[in-house]
Amino acid sequence: MSGFSVTEPSRRQKWIAGVLVITYALVTIMPLLWIIATGFKSPEDAISYPPKVVFQPSLEGYVNLFSSRTRITESMQETLQPAETWYDQVARDSGTVIVGASRYGQRFLNSVVIGFGSTFLAIVFGTTAAYAFSRFKVPLKDDLLFFILSTRMMPPIAVAIPIFLMFRQLGLNDTKLGMILLYTAVNLSLSVWLLKGFIDEIPFEYEEAALIDGYTRFQAFYKVVLPQAATGIASTAIFCLIFAWNEYAFAVLLTSGNAQTAPPFIPTIIGVGGQDWPAVAAGATIFLIPVMIFTILLRKHLLRGITFGAVRK
Amino acid sequence: MSASPIDRAAQATPKGLARRIRGLSDRAIAWLFVGPSIVLLLAVNIFPLIWTINLSFTNFKANRLREAKFIGLRNYERILTDTDTWNSMQATAHFLFWTIFFQVLIGFTLAYLINKKFKGNDMWTTIIVLPMMLSPAVVGNFWTFLYQPQIGLFNYVIEFFTGVDSSSFSMIGDVNLAPWSIVIVDTWMWTPFVMLICLAGLRSIPDSIYEAAECDRASKWRQFWTLTIPMALPFLMLAVLFRGIENFKMFDLVVQLTGGGPGSLTTLTSIDLKREAFEKWRTGYASAYAVILFVTVFGLASIYVKALNKVKER
Repeated sequence: MSGFSVTEPSRRQKWIAGVLVITYALVTIMPLLWIIATGFKSPEDAISYPPKVVFQPSLEGYVNLFSSRTRITESMQETLQPAETWYDQVARDSGTVIVGASRYGQRFLNSVVIGFGSTFLAIVFGTTAAYAFSRFKVPLKDDLLFFILSTRMMPPIAVAIPIFLMFRQLGLNDTKLGMILLYTAVNLSLSVWLLKGFIDEIPFEYEEAALIDGYTRFQAFYKVVLPQAATGIASTAIFCLIFAWNEYAFAVLLTSGNAQTAPPFIPTIIGVGGQDWPAVAAGATIFLIPVMIFTILLRKHLLRGITFGAVRK
Repeated sequence: MSASPIDRAAQATPKGLARRIRGLSDRAIAWLFVGPSIVLLLAVNIFPLIWTINLSFTNFKANRLREAKFIGLRNYERILTDTDTWNSMQATAHFLFWTIFFQVLIGFTLAYLINKKFKGNDMWTTIIVLPMMLSPAVVGNFWTFLYQPQIGLFNYVIEFFTGVDSSSFSMIGDVNLAPWSIVIVDTWMWTPFVMLICLAGLRSIPDSIYEAAECDRASKWRQFWTLTIPMALPFLMLAVLFRGIENFKMFDLVVQLTGGGPGSLTTLTSIDLKREAFEKWRTGYASAYAVILFVTVFGLASIYVKALNKVKER
């Protein structure tokens, strides 16, 4: 190598590209940082002009998020016992007392149950279906695969109309089971397509060797293919989980109290005179951080996941 | 889809070997493995679709006990002659065109710059990607806070750079600005998607092609337009397909941001459909609407995929 390549960008080019991309990244990340910061602001700081970048951190948003409170007058406050816990104290400082837990915890738990439940089923059904599509001659294979994909093209609201009627008939409206089944079906298209790609990449020779050694088909699938597809299965699972976690349209139409997930709930957190922004931001922060972490873990498979396996690096 | 090497290998498995395999036959396993997925999709997708088509010919209202009456094509006729429908179609078209325009422009530029392989480009790429992975409803709701006159960060930044008083305009309340407020947030959220696909496209171009062009003394400008763009085009078109379908379905982000307002300026078809189905409870009418939307997106997508395949073959 002479150290000179026509395709390698010059140092100046790299420098300019770097500055522009980093500027974009800093601008685009601002709204997210603002959500996190607003969660730690007092209500007064949150709506100050000009917007405050430096502020006295406060946990009022988080306390408001998890509790329901009632406003008390100063004279009443004097008659109360001193606050027992730090969160009681935070509430007292803003002139309220905590009277119970809010519904956020339960909504968050619903998101966890529905998210993990539907992901688990989508992966079990998806892995087996993808294996069959990858290894066997399935009649009408291409049509079936396209049919599975086409289910993702329908607007969720259009799908929700008959689902709503069907669930009402079966008593599945506003139940976690109903939501798990629905999200499983929606995620199946993603998991089948992605996993078929991952399994296609595993050489058939391994299974062949196992079959010759006297394994049954099922054992070969279970003991040879599954371990090799583990990374693919894990990243597919995270994509399914993120979809179920973020889903809003079905959740807002088909659930109300019992099975409601966090996305329809967070925008409804209100305080005195409109939305309680520090509490909303606190709720959003807790809800968004897991996905941010997953995104960082997934970065190598990101492209594949978001294009249903159409683009592989 | 052509047969992969694995399919061929599977077919080439000697008969004797297959016979020696104990347990279930391959055919039985294949059906056992595909069966549950097909059943679930039939129950949650196909059956409801057929039901929707059925309902679309009736005057059924889901909140009434009254028996549904067959009314033929009346629903379709009403929808296609309703000005509200066309207004929402127009709002959707505006939204689709401008979001795709900005996302392709910014996304491709970013991918081009990242492909210069400056130090730390991986880390910055991951940061840029973050917004698109987050819940559109939750993030969209928070953007209404950023868009608030005076106290909103967005308005303040505008004031800081342009001097326009931050309390003098409301992105989501103003008739002229509202259609752009949803374009801005969608572009913020989904530009990384286009960027990632473009980046894969740019990275798929072999260096040797540029080296050959350099030998032919083609200018950088010429190389960009005659090599880079045509070779990245199938990827760009794929990104546009995905964004087109996704934004045609758009509901969560916009409903949280503007709720379809002011008036019905940002009432995209999904929002219009939701009102008909779940607020006015005109189930039959909404079913016909859903069928029309589905046929539209399916038809447009099929035409587009044909064009995409032509470009790929070149």
